[in-house]
Amino acid sequence: MIIKQLSVFLENKTGRLTELTGILADNDINISAFSIADTADYGILRMIVGRPELAAEVLKNNGFTVKITDVVGMIIPHSPGGLHKALQIISSNNVAIDYMYAFASGECKATVVIRAESLKKIIDVLQEHKMELLREGDVYQV
Amino acid sequence: MIWNRHFECMEREELQKLQGNRLKEMVKRVYDSVPFYRNKLQEEGIEPDDIMSIDDLNKLPFTTKQDLRDNYPFGMFAVPQPDIVRFHASSGTTGKSTVVGYTHNDVQMWSEVVARSLTMAGVTKADIIQVAYGYGLFTGGLGLHYGAEKVGASVIPISGGNTKKQLQLMEDFGSTVIACTPSYAAYIGESLVEEKIDRSKIKLKAGIFGAEPWTQEMRTQIEQVLGIKAYDIYGLTEIIGPGVSMECHFQHGMHIFEDHFIPEIVNPETGEVLPYGELGELVFTPVTKEAMPLIRYRTRDLTRLHAEKCECGRTLVRMEKCVGRTDDMLIIRGVNVFPSQVESVLLEMSETKPHYLIVVDRDNNLDRMEIQVEIEEAFFSDEVKELEGLRQRLKANIASTLGISAVIRLVEPGTIERSMGKAKRVIDKRHLH
Repeated sequence: MIIKQLSVFLENKTGRLTELTGILADNDINISAFSIADTADYGILRMIVGRPELAAEVLKNNGFTVKITDVVGMIIPHSPGGLHKALQIISSNNVAIDYMYAFASGECKATVVIRAESLKKIIDVLQEHKMELLREGDVYQV
Repeated sequence: MIWNRHFECMEREELQKLQGNRLKEMVKRVYDSVPFYRNKLQEEGIEPDDIMSIDDLNKLPFTTKQDLRDNYPFGMFAVPQPDIVRFHASSGTTGKSTVVGYTHNDVQMWSEVVARSLTMAGVTKADIIQVAYGYGLFTGGLGLHYGAEKVGASVIPISGGNTKKQLQLMEDFGSTVIACTPSYAAYIGESLVEEKIDRSKIKLKAGIFGAEPWTQEMRTQIEQVLGIKAYDIYGLTEIIGPGVSMECHFQHGMHIFEDHFIPEIVNPETGEVLPYGELGELVFTPVTKEAMPLIRYRTRDLTRLHAEKCECGRTLVRMEKCVGRTDDMLIIRGVNVFPSQVESVLLEMSETKPHYLIVVDRDNNLDRMEIQVEIEEAFFSDEVKELEGLRQRLKANIASTLGISAVIRLVEPGTIERSMGKAKRVIDKRHLH
């Protein structure tokens, strides 16, 4: 149930992100989702890609600071109240979330990528409440 | 091992007598042959005969870098040009370079002190030494080269740069000793890891590093990555080049070869001579130099001297690692800051690399210091709170060490320019001069 996210340290320099997307494109790696946490000087790019190990390797070879982070992908209905219901389950079970970002996949579903203090606990809680989770096999193609 | 037991282990009283005799002779010589010194001594009302012993040294005036610049190129020479066999020039850490000449005997003396230095690091004729200091006007390459040949070691005169080749020869020739700047040694270490070279194929056991300031933490790091013992060598072109002083394996400071170079520590403001153990500016009088003897040359290096006999048996005075240079020193918001202090903070923290750049600027008449720091790849966290926590810790450590606050900017590993020679650590945009 754990999926691999690519985290990249990026200095705030014009063109740095473009350099990165160029390398991924050249290596035929698809980006399914991404978000950037930004501060004044640098950003942390987090993304779900096809073939994360290969992506990490090619980026490292090109001088990027890369790390593979474990995250959970939660599938919720793409309709009003969908996210609210999921978050209620998580917070009422006292699971602390470090960060999350979401993307809609198709007409009726959305995926929320979550990094939590304890991934095991959040997976247990969500499964207990019959929430649908992304499996590693299908995630990189979402 | 001691290369020249007679001079390196001489009783101090006997040594001082020797220094006094050499000083007397040298003052006479410069008075007769260097117009600059004759005028200067006459101005001060000093006759060569006033100098009777080493105790009279502090009667003599200082010589500064500016004096050497004013007498560019050959004005300080005490011998006619045909007696000069070699020129070197200072690397110009600050401003215009200064020219130094050597007679045949000067080159012999230099080889002798470098041979003594190498012997302190355990180098023998059985060693293969890779001299990765730059060859040329800079004294590092040729200085180490001649000394190593005098010891009888096998010299690889590879000079600085071309790191791939450095690693290849290190592996193929089986180099046992490397001599270069500490920042280049750190870079070679990084490359060794990057190129995934099997450490068991590297036979290095010792490194001889100098020509720029470095810290104890940097030493530890270089020693670990290269699997060697790292020795500190000190020297400056104006005095001879590398080999003015060197650490023995006890590493209680660098032994100054006092039979050739008489050291003093003075208050940099007043010029007053300070006792052993006190921090001040290092001053040298190279009494045996023929081509360019200097009287009380102000090195602008700040350090302390210790005179107790070393465990190694040498009686020579030891100088501590320089804490900075009077002219390296940045004055930021009225506080004296040395780049070496920043380096020591970074090296104490495992999350950062010792590669940094200090950028000083002035904003609304207020000095602003920014320190760019490379994060260590292994410690990269993808959570903002972790990285910001690291930045806060760095900021706090810098503030407590330096006494002033700085803006910390985390940058990607490998983005701060690496140097093959002396590292550039400071950009001062204030244009105060």
